[in-house]
Amino acid sequence: MKIHNRRLAGLAAVALAASMALTACGSDSDGGEGASGDGGGTYTFIPKNLGNPYFDTSNAGGEKAIGEFGGEYEQVGPATGDDPAGQVTYINTATQQGRSALIVSANDPDALCDAIGEAMDADIPVVTYDADTNPDCRDIFVSQADAAGIAQAQVDLIADQIGDSGEIAFLSAAANATNQNEWIDLMTAEFEANHPDITVVDTVYGDDDDQKSFDATAALLQTHPDLAGIISPTTVGIAAAARYLSTSDAKGEVKLTGLGTPNQMREYVEDGTVDAFALWNPADLGYLAAYTANALATGEIEGEGDSFTAGDLGDYTVGADNVVLLGDPFVFDADNIGDFDF
Amino acid sequence: MSAATPSRDGSSLGAAVGALLKSREVAVAVVLVLLIAATTLKSDAFLFSSTGWRDLLLTPSMLVLLAVGQTAVIITRNVDLSVGSTLGLTAYLTGRLFIDTSLPIILVVLAAVLMGAVLGLVNGVLVAWGRVPALVITLGTMYIYRGAFLTWAGSDRINAGDMPRAFRDLGTDSILGIPVLTIVAVVVLAAVGYYLHTARGGREFYAIGSDPDAAHLYGLRISRRIMAAFVLSGALAGLAGAVSAARFGTVSSSVGTGIEFEAVGAAVIGGVAIFGGSGTVWGAALGAFLLVTINRSLPVLGISDFWQQAVVGALIVGAITLDRVLVRRQEKKLVAARDDAGSSHAGPPTREPVVATTAPGSPGASAPGDTSSPTDPQEGTR
Repeated sequence: MKIHNRRLAGLAAVALAASMALTACGSDSDGGEGASGDGGGTYTFIPKNLGNPYFDTSNAGGEKAIGEFGGEYEQVGPATGDDPAGQVTYINTATQQGRSALIVSANDPDALCDAIGEAMDADIPVVTYDADTNPDCRDIFVSQADAAGIAQAQVDLIADQIGDSGEIAFLSAAANATNQNEWIDLMTAEFEANHPDITVVDTVYGDDDDQKSFDATAALLQTHPDLAGIISPTTVGIAAAARYLSTSDAKGEVKLTGLGTPNQMREYVEDGTVDAFALWNPADLGYLAAYTANALATGEIEGEGDSFTAGDLGDYTVGADNVVLLGDPFVFDADNIGDFDF
Repeated sequence: MSAATPSRDGSSLGAAVGALLKSREVAVAVVLVLLIAATTLKSDAFLFSSTGWRDLLLTPSMLVLLAVGQTAVIITRNVDLSVGSTLGLTAYLTGRLFIDTSLPIILVVLAAVLMGAVLGLVNGVLVAWGRVPALVITLGTMYIYRGAFLTWAGSDRINAGDMPRAFRDLGTDSILGIPVLTIVAVVVLAAVGYYLHTARGGREFYAIGSDPDAAHLYGLRISRRIMAAFVLSGALAGLAGAVSAARFGTVSSSVGTGIEFEAVGAAVIGGVAIFGGSGTVWGAALGAFLLVTINRSLPVLGISDFWQQAVVGALIVGAITLDRVLVRRQEKKLVAARDDAGSSHAGPPTREPVVATTAPGSPGASAPGDTSSPTDPQEGTR
């Protein structure tokens, strides 16, 4: 019964898709001047949730890209960020509407696969961005950053801020956080290899808890009176550390950088506690995801090894596991932080 | 326990025992001073830099508020596990009010306190009239309040820039070298401590916790007192929520997770008996001070993160063990005192003798006497 229904739905979707595609061909003759071909088409962004400033920013980037290649932009999604079932509904609807491509930030690596599979069966390319599904159930994942790039950006920032010499410490999330540990290992190796005058004296953990990170920062300053800088590769940690530093004697003396979001850090960049910090630019991420979806929809790319041009961002090549990497993290400082709201 | 009563009737025997009883608060204070001294030897900035001095006083203020509320609840032989979630909700409310309205700071703080009180009232009503153990009720509301918070806040967070500078400055400002938030905590501590120590209502908290059945037989309005304890605990958690927002400058949906156990731990370390009827808010406040300061000084002393939790756990176990030892020693003393006085009653040395020394001393002469004497006889049988 269930299979029967699903098959029916699939058929209906295919039929709809076909008719929509035909009408789209008819109406959208004046495509954009985008570098990636004919353009046109209808693109649906399904973020983890609506009303989330981060996705508002990234989807605005997507809308801009779609405007450039003359497509039609739509954004739908659940109200909360832990609702894969809600996303499934929107994916099914978009499939039935026969959109040109779906751009999804997955709330769950597995739960969306059936729905995404149906869309792909109906020849609708599915691009994931920000949060991936299992690699075998989508076409392409547009990744915001890779570990090496993230590590390098933070090392460069702190080395620049402390004059390439002195003691630094890490304020991490949890001791068992895989990505944090990977970044910290990469950064430590980079310091040893290319920054001989910088010594890593400590790694402390704030468990991504405001209060604990705050207290851990205080303890770091007590324990290491000669500390020159702190790297906190976690958004909670860097905000808590900045809050502590901004009200302590060490403000401006001890440099702080890491990964943070502009809204969290604005206050501390403006009051001089923090010079600069890194994160990817979500607007660029959405922009690239839209161009990737367009390149898939127009058949310009199919998978690993293919190249395309993503508007202002330049040329990209699809990498292993069908991943497109956005590039190096974006550095936020006093000059540009006012341009962001997420 | 019986320990709470005899010292307060002011008799000469009470004074002698009082010195012993106070040893819990004194013991915690001594440990605290030693800890601060050791840490300062290692890094003198811990005490002598202006930031170090401020942090020493400021950091415990939030937990002190929670521990005071928790103590009032525990004394009535209940427990409030929902304070962490209440704190989170009210911290978020504080931030939201600053974003969505232009209410003055004082009204926003009052709103947080009021919301905390309402959440506490829900606990109180369920516990007092539902006749369900507080452990279960507040475990339930802990999840319910946290769930409501998650639904309300979602992935949203309140950032420092969302709150007025004057409010955030409250989190760090000092008056005559004492941080504002510490002053707030001390004022609350003094008010609640005074009420519990002297007021009739406050003494009834102890009576109810010592023996609810006896308190009921005696005609105390148990439900009302228990509700009052939960409302107080909720309101202080609400105040702590506003304090948290001012101090940390950010509110995310994880704020206050797990802090309810720190509050219970602080009370226990400070000598508040977990089965009610005994303990002071002073002790609980010192316990909170000690807990927070341990967490701050162990890293300075070079003890790794991983050991800090174990140290706190050992402290709680140690505190309870010390409790038993002290109570037993005191019982022996009281028995000896009774035997010296030539009292009869050659039965086994239970805690009954406590009553014999208390009840005649102040039959209804003072608030402590009049509530504790009728309830104590039951206590030896517990």
